Order: sequence, then structure tokens, then C-alpha cells
Amino acid sequence: MAKKKPDLAPSSSSNDAQLRRDLLRQMLLIRRFEERCAEAYALGKIGGFCHLYIGQEAVGVGAISVLRPDDYVIGSYREHGQALARGMSPRAVMAELFGRADGCSKGKGGSMHLFDRNLNFLGGHGIVGGHIPLATGVGFAIKYRGGDQVCLCFFGEAAVNGGAFHEALNMAALWKLPVVYLIENNRYGMGTALERASAINDIAERACSYDMPNEVVDGQDVIAVREAMQRAVQRARSEHIPTLLEVRTYRFMGHSMSDAVSGTYRTKEELEEYMKRDPITVLRTDMTKRGEWTDDDMTALDEEVKAVVEDAWNFADASPEPALESLYEDVYVDTTSDAPVGAEIAS
Amino acid sequence: MPVITYRDALNQALREEMQRDDRVFIMGEEVGVYQGAYKVSKGLLQEFGEMRVVDTPITELGFAGVGVGAAMVGLRPIIEFMTWNFALLALDQVVNSAAKMLYMSGGQYNIPIVFRGPNGAALQLSAQHSQAWESWLAHIPGLKVVAPGTPYDAKGLLKSAVRDDNPVVVLEGEMLYNTKGEVPEDEYLIPIGKASVKREGEHCSIITFGKMVLVALQAADQLAKEGIMVDVVDLMSLRPIDTETIVASIHKTNRAVVLEEGWELSGIGAQIVDIIQREAFDDLDAPVLRVHQADTPMPYAKNLEKAAKPDAQKMIAAVKKVMYLA
Repeated sequence: MAKKKPDLAPSSSSNDAQLRRDLLRQMLLIRRFEERCAEAYALGKIGGFCHLYIGQEAVGVGAISVLRPDDYVIGSYREHGQALARGMSPRAVMAELFGRADGCSKGKGGSMHLFDRNLNFLGGHGIVGGHIPLATGVGFAIKYRGGDQVCLCFFGEAAVNGGAFHEALNMAALWKLPVVYLIENNRYGMGTALERASAINDIAERACSYDMPNEVVDGQDVIAVREAMQRAVQRARSEHIPTLLEVRTYRFMGHSMSDAVSGTYRTKEELEEYMKRDPITVLRTDMTKRGEWTDDDMTALDEEVKAVVEDAWNFADASPEPALESLYEDVYVDTTSDAPVGAEIAS
Repeated sequence: MPVITYRDALNQALREEMQRDDRVFIMGEEVGVYQGAYKVSKGLLQEFGEMRVVDTPITELGFAGVGVGAAMVGLRPIIEFMTWNFALLALDQVVNSAAKMLYMSGGQYNIPIVFRGPNGAALQLSAQHSQAWESWLAHIPGLKVVAPGTPYDAKGLLKSAVRDDNPVVVLEGEMLYNTKGEVPEDEYLIPIGKASVKREGEHCSIITFGKMVLVALQAADQLAKEGIMVDVVDLMSLRPIDTETIVASIHKTNRAVVLEEGWELSGIGAQIVDIIQREAFDDLDAPVLRVHQADTPMPYAKNLEKAAKPDAQKMIAAVKKVMYLA
């Protein structure tokens, strides 16, 4: 390449500044969105189980920021933040949480089952570890079609103790499938600490069983998550090699809305210690140090995302309940694939 | 018309569907190099290659989920379980992922997948290898379930299952693979959700499916020698169930025995009896009886196994009972 670094530096740094601003905005949007979810839950507008992402925003935002639109994302039941990071409309997500007809899943799925086919967001799955083999299947389909997409699969650290995790990773490594398995290690499977559930504490090492590349990542630093994810995506895209990322984070809320933030299984002191590394503060501080972000910028951004969330709330609140006739819709599709399909594999 | 085995009929269905649609692939234990634990996939690896005929580790939960994931993004997997007895490990994927995905995604992700393999008991395989799963699977909204009893039905239903855009469970039978029957050379499909009357008679209906069709036909032959003509209704599909054909048969015979391989409590037979009492109450001249497996795990010893399984003699006794002849 002709150009040398000095020439590129200004524009590159301004691009980086823009990137940091985008990442900060996404994290802040998720934070404000989830705070309003907690409020809506308390008001009875959201029912069932509701698992918030507060504290873990850098994980979803950093990892998804690396992907292309034609890549795939699949997650567990703590997926509001990932859905928003993937670009799902806050309106459609909030309406789904409110159980309304305009929800992304027509009010049929709720908090744990957010889907968006247009964004290749493959859900929201409610059985711990159950969706990890699905990600392997998506990787299989990519390879089958000869594509260069990647499937990113989020799950919590508690899922690594179950059979589905091992079966899925073994096949992905055996068959060389383009999947990034991302453990969001928030230290607790509901109320059971990692050390009380897993025989090894450095769970990234589980990848060694499958001779799979792995990395431990600081999940409170969105840039660190991005960089690790870039390495993993590169391996998956160009070499069809899967990766296991252990991203260490912490949830600042309870396991779900029906769970105390601290108490029986973790102390207030521990929580406060971890909250010192709030992912939003970490990035904001870095941006301030670089001289590219002021308190006024922060206030303006906060107002902007709060307005987006307010709009989502109002949209959801105004959206009708699903029609009763829809109860029996979408149990089956009324179609078959009768037309012969030739040599070209449809996507 | 050519006479071929049930195994070869399934093999033809797989081959034809893989030829017509590149998105169709088969995955499971021993389906490739070994040519299929029961040789149903014989020759497919040689014809279609290892990307479309995929040997898996022994990991039913894992590869069932791989199938669902692949189906979400446009492929049409056929997942072979060496037997449905091993598929219990995969039920989370069959039920929670495949059956519910369309609904919980608000209609965005349908799962065009086939889960197939032999179901129920063979010979002296004892408790863990001899279970009939149909009532578990037919219970689940979002799944379709078929249980063909003849080579003709096996081919036509499997082809329909592969083309269906919903998840379809195909329950085959180890003891059926070697049975023979006429299968035309020209292509045909059998619609899912339709029963067939395998033998006409006016004295009593036998309502059954899967490998019990053969038991019903044996019983019907012997009963005919005594002048008792039974109508044998083969349900073929267990979800959805063809209520119309059942009711038409009862309307004709006024009596029924429901025959199934599985256990009594919450069995398919219980549902059939419910359909009959609701839809054909006024046609009945006798309470409906059921013939099924003894309410025990399957024993190993030959004599105990025979005592546990439904057979033609038990069927004949039941038919005579509903006719007040015994």
C-alpha cells in the first residue's frame, strides 16, 4: 500500500473516535432501555421472566459490532441487549416485552424469545445451553453452502457444564465450522457461583478438549471485546475455525426481575466492587482522557437515548394486544417445498 | 408392480428427495460409511458425498440441534436416530427448538426438518431399547407425526415429510424394515394427516398404526375364518389425526378396538377412544376396548416379552369381547 501511517493517522483516529461514540451510544441505549424494563416490570406491563443486561452491555455491543449484516447472531434468554445491538428496533423489542401485537415475535415470544429474521437474529432461547447446538447447525449450513458468514453464539458461563455445550463444540471443531461461541461469564448461574458449579474456574480452558482456539477477555472493556472478537471472526471467516471466547463480566441486577440484586448468594460489597468497572464508565473515561468527549456530550447523548426509549415505551403501550384469533396462528406453516430445486443451493 | 422391502422403500424416498433438492441432507449415527445401522441410507454416501450424508458422533441432543440450526437458515435436514429409544436425549431439541420455533418467533422461523428412525420394540432388547414414543411426540403442537406400517406408506409419507415446511417425526420399525410390499416405480406422495382403510369389514373396527397394522391384519385374517369381518383403519398420521376416517368406520361397524404398541395410560389409544365417544357416540353398540403393551418396562425373557406385547391373539380376544362373543 502506498500510504504510510502518518497520513492515515488523523482520519483513522477520527474514525476510531466515531466508533467509540457509536459503541457508547449503543451501551447507553441498552442501559436506559433495561432500566425502563425494570420499571415496566414493576408496573406489571412486562410479565413472566425478565432477565436484564445491565452491567454486561460491553459484551453484546462489542462482539456484535464486528459482524456483517449477513452474519448470524443467536443468544439465550438474557438477550434484550444483543437484540438492540444487532439493530432491532427498540419499539419492536419493547412491544414484545409488553406482549403486544407489534412485538418482534407478535407477542408470542416475550422477553426470552426475541427474533428478527431480517437481521439474522436467531433468537432468544430459554433452555440453558439448548441453543448452542443450533449455532453449530448454522455454522454447518454456512459451510454446506460454501459461504463466508459467521455465527456468533452467546451463552452464560453456567451453560458450559451441560452436555449441549460439549456436544456442540466438539462437532464444530471436528467439522471446522465458522462459529464464535461467546461465554458471558457473569460469575453466577442464577444464584450459584461459578466456583460452586464448575470443576475448573478458567472455563476458557474447556476449549482445549476440542483443540479449539480460546481467549479470556475483559468484558467490561468494549474495545477489548471487539478486538478479541475480530480475531475470532477472522479465524472463522477465512479458515472456518471456531473459537471459544470467555468474556468476563458481571450483572449489576439480579438473575431475573424476581431476584434480589444481592443478598443470599453475593454480597453488597462484592456488587459495589464490580460496579466500579461499569462498562459505560470505562469507555466514557477513556474517551474523556482522549479529549474527544465532554460531560455536555454525555448529557446530550443520554437525553437522546432516553427519548428513544420513551418512544419505544409509548409505542409498546399503544400497541394492541394480539388478536385472539392469533392464538392458533404460526403453530404450523401451510406450505411445502414441492418445486424441484436444482444444483444451486438456495439460501 | 415391484415388491420391495420397507427398508428399500425408505431408501428410495431418501434418494429421490436428495436428488430433487440440494438443500436436503441426512445426518445421524452410522448413516454414511457404515451405510446405516439398519441400512436405510445404503449407497447415499457414495451418491451424494460426505457433506450431504453426515456421520455424527454419538450425540443425539447435539446433532438434533445441529439439524434445527441448519433448518433455521435454509437447509432441509433429515435427522436419523438409530432408534427413537436414543432420541429421548434429543427431545429438548425436537420439542423446545423444532416444534416451538415458528410460534415463539411470531411466524418468522419455520423448521423444515425430518426426525426419523425405528420406534418401539424389536426382539428381546429389553427395557431401554424397546419403547414406543408416539404418545410423547404426538402430544406436541408444532410437530407432525407419521407412523407408516407398509413399504408403500413408508415411501410416500417420508417423501411428504421431507417436503413439508414443518418439523415431521417419522416413526419406523426395526421389525418392519425387512417386510415387503408393492411399491410403484412412478413417483407418488401420501398426504400427512390422512388415514387409510387397509381392510374392509362390517362387524368391528380395528384402529391402529405403525407396525401394529401387521398384527391387526393377522388378526383380521383369522377372524375372517370365523366369519367375523373387521375394518382395519391404519391412522398413518398421529398428528394430525384423521377423525373423519375413524368416524366413518365406526358408523359402519358400531364397534371398535384400538391397537397400539405403547402403554395404556395417556396412550394414542386414549385419544382415539375420546374421538369416538365424542364424534360417534350414537353409533356405538359396545364400549371401545384397547389392546396395548403391558404396564411394565419391557422384559428380556422371551416368554415375558411375549406376554407384555400386543399380538394377534390378544386382538382377536378383544374383538370377540366387543362383539359379545366371548
